[in-house]
Amino acid sequence: MDMHRREVLKAGGGATLYTLLAAAGFLKPGDALAQAWNKGAFEAKTLDEVVKALGGAAPAQSKDIAFVQTPDIAENGAVVPIGVSSSVPKTESIAILVEKNPNALAAVFDLPAGTEPTVSTRVKMGQSSNIHALVRADGKFYVATKEVKVTLGGCGG
Amino acid sequence: MADPMRIRASVVGDATEVKVLMNHEMETGQRKDSAGKVIPAWFIQTVTATHNGKPVLAAQWGPAISKNPFLSFKFKGGAKGDKVQITWVDNRGDKRTDEATIA
Repeated sequence: MDMHRREVLKAGGGATLYTLLAAAGFLKPGDALAQAWNKGAFEAKTLDEVVKALGGAAPAQSKDIAFVQTPDIAENGAVVPIGVSSSVPKTESIAILVEKNPNALAAVFDLPAGTEPTVSTRVKMGQSSNIHALVRADGKFYVATKEVKVTLGGCGG
Repeated sequence: MADPMRIRASVVGDATEVKVLMNHEMETGQRKDSAGKVIPAWFIQTVTATHNGKPVLAAQWGPAISKNPFLSFKFKGGAKGDKVQITWVDNRGDKRTDEATIA
């Protein structure tokens, strides 16, 4: 390869540089798939802060985002299945947020072209809360919200 | 080294459905032990999936993902016999990669 890359690696360690670039907003999460962990977004407390940390402005409500296999009432807050399916064209990433958790953001999934905009996982919920599904499509943010009631919290000791 | 993941990949219609079950504590950093000391956070931060070496999913996770995480997603273009590889990295820098063949 070229010398420049070597110099950069020597200068600061690739990972550190990458983190700095990502934090400064030079790299969008979708650009490189082995991306650095977005610390700011995961420390944010509210939906608006998360969107900001992910590099967007106020998200629009969307009816094209659906929750699949997501219960209205979860018996055990430690294991709440959440599935999100987006029919917004050009969906690039899907994030799952739990409004009343200590840190709202639970997960961000970056979807390269060819991957269907449907993901499901399981999250912890401290208490009954709104779940937000945040979708980035063509650079814009869209959100859908669903309330999930929890009968037994998942964050207790 | 952590325990292996269980990965199941199967062709459903024109897409490949991948289901992964990982073995990880996913400690939030919010809990306290019996002596009242905070148990340090320990959770998977990034998950990447590739199909025949081409990335099909990249995820960043916070500690709010459940213990022994489950993940499922679908991508187009997989065929029987292809390899799907999943890698996770946690906040202590531990990582694990496992591979499955599409059935």
